[in-house]
Amino acid sequence: MDKKEDFDIVLEAGRTEKNYWADIWRYRELFYILSWRDIAVRYKQTIIGIAWSVIRPVLTMIIFTVVFSKIANLPSEGAAPYAIMVYAALLPWQFFSNALTESSGSLVSNSSLISKVYFPRLIIPTSSVLVSMVDFAISFGIMIVLMVVLQFVPSWQVVFLPLFLLLAFGVSFGIGLFITALNVKYRDFRYVIPFIVQFGLYISPVGFSSSIVPEKWRFLYSLNPMVGVIDGFRWAIIGGESKIYMPGFLLSIALTIVILFLAIRYFRKTEKKFADII
Amino acid sequence: MTVVVKTENLGKKYIISHERPERYTALRDVMANKAKLFIKKTKSIFSDEFHPTGETEEFWALRDINMEIYQGDSYGIVGKNGAGKSTLLKVLSRITEPSEGWVGIKGRVASLLEVGTGFHPELTGNENIFLNGAILGMTRSEIRSKFDEIVDFSGVEKFLDTPVKKYSSGMRVRLAFSVAAHLEPEILVIDEVLAVGDAEFQRKCLGKMKDVAGQGRTVLFVSHNMVAVQSLCNKGLLLEKGRIVSTGAATDIVQQYMSKVSQQGSEIRWNEAAKAPGNDMLKLVSASVVPTIDQEGSGLITMASAFEIGIRFTNITLADNDFNIGVHVLNDQDVVAFAGSLVEGYSISDLVPGTDYKVSCIVPGQLLNAGNYRVNILVFRNSTLLFRADDALGFVVTEQSRKDAWFGRKAGIFRPQLDWKISQS
Repeated sequence: MDKKEDFDIVLEAGRTEKNYWADIWRYRELFYILSWRDIAVRYKQTIIGIAWSVIRPVLTMIIFTVVFSKIANLPSEGAAPYAIMVYAALLPWQFFSNALTESSGSLVSNSSLISKVYFPRLIIPTSSVLVSMVDFAISFGIMIVLMVVLQFVPSWQVVFLPLFLLLAFGVSFGIGLFITALNVKYRDFRYVIPFIVQFGLYISPVGFSSSIVPEKWRFLYSLNPMVGVIDGFRWAIIGGESKIYMPGFLLSIALTIVILFLAIRYFRKTEKKFADII
Repeated sequence: MTVVVKTENLGKKYIISHERPERYTALRDVMANKAKLFIKKTKSIFSDEFHPTGETEEFWALRDINMEIYQGDSYGIVGKNGAGKSTLLKVLSRITEPSEGWVGIKGRVASLLEVGTGFHPELTGNENIFLNGAILGMTRSEIRSKFDEIVDFSGVEKFLDTPVKKYSSGMRVRLAFSVAAHLEPEILVIDEVLAVGDAEFQRKCLGKMKDVAGQGRTVLFVSHNMVAVQSLCNKGLLLEKGRIVSTGAATDIVQQYMSKVSQQGSEIRWNEAAKAPGNDMLKLVSASVVPTIDQEGSGLITMASAFEIGIRFTNITLADNDFNIGVHVLNDQDVVAFAGSLVEGYSISDLVPGTDYKVSCIVPGQLLNAGNYRVNILVFRNSTLLFRADDALGFVVTEQSRKDAWFGRKAGIFRPQLDWKISQS
């Protein structure tokens, strides 16, 4: 008689996969291909394609610069032109909002796959976040052009940028993962996303410097994890006088880790039922 | 023999919720319900069970499944719609988790649940081969090494750089199956792939599946096409209402399943006189279709067997012989296969009022093609229609085995055994 232990895979109600992460590694090919599919489709379907990811940040930057600097007369950080300061924040913000939007709808839009084939479900939201990385790369290219035009030399701290990008990834992935899993069960969770993205743009220091927030509120302000991310980006790009408010930054990191942890836990708990309810 | 799949007390439960109708709605109630629901919902995010509104009911799609699947065997899983066949495959291919019991699997499982799953219409055929291959669990290098074979098999090489959205549905299916057919898992799970594609391509697919089975891999095959099950599988598994009814050799299992299916409609009895077709002169009592020779008592009508259509009626008032009873036999496309009536072959003597009669005729074997048929009963007097009972009963003619390698339905209403010859001329 063959016992449970003799089998490679044992499926059982509520059993936690012992080689969950190894399984994801085994399916990395699918991960590449799904990311590639999303990217290919994105730039195939729209006529203006790449142009779209250029126009959006540039227009937002111009509007924010005009409104916050010229009309509201808010100060920039150090010697950096206001436009650069805004753009340094727009980079992570656009990434965050794209990644969040893409990942939160990813499971439902791949429902036909989920209900018919097995693979670690975590691959889907992860690969959808990667698509936003491509947009980020394009926006980054624009920033270089902008710097050349405005004759601004970034500080040496720019080498730390990938770390802050990782943090931005953590925030958007964590929240996106939570919402996409919830969205499978309760379809109305997708309406939360435009709300987060729209309000987040104003409560995060995108159009203005976080230094204009009164000192006593700054720690509280950092409860928004994107505050840490944006401050980090500004610090890395503008450097010099742009300072990171350390307690707030650490709070942002801690929050991101907590969100990620909870999101992955919730995702793993619910993913085996996706096929039944999607 | 190695066991590659084993299940113990496997069960899969679904929760069905019935919406509870409100008798009338008041804003107050609505608000209170919404608030209650909101609290429940918020709670349920962190707990497992949540049932939107109203009554819920448990439904066991599978229960007490104990089986062992041996390496190198091909299993045909048969059963009526809703018997749990697809659920079983879904559990085995890890798409959904079991609710009780456990499943053990050795080796890689690939499922061919629906051909073309994951095709993206905007991508070209070429790109979709890689996408679909990866979804089915192949690595890029694996796909690359088989790429030419896949393209060759599909027969769409001219359109590889065309987006799949411009393909005809047939081309799409062919490309998709070609990818799937080149999978090399230890266990291959196939659900009703025969429903798609043209006849010629189906033949190709089934041939390919036979190869897979011949290479020491294990195949689990769900189909309603009994000819295919019998030709492809050596073992069978009959499911009924989520439980395994029997396992054994494929031919026996198919036989069992067929007799269960055909028993359903091949006899009808009108127990209540008020509901029986007829009028105050004459009423039908029962009608049946049974094979003339039925050694196993299975009631199974095969293409080779002759069968009898029998009609019993009660004569209430008729006292002469100016009466006729006939049948129309229709196929599932509503084409009348043939019609016949009593007076064509028999001169009736005067009927006796208040007596029961039986009218019957024998339909020879090697006549009807396999398929579903329905019988209309017509009763005449003075050469005019007295009444008719449409769709009074149905029966199935089954095909048991075939010599050639194609398992689709052959065309035509009739399948006479023709005396074929070839000679030099």
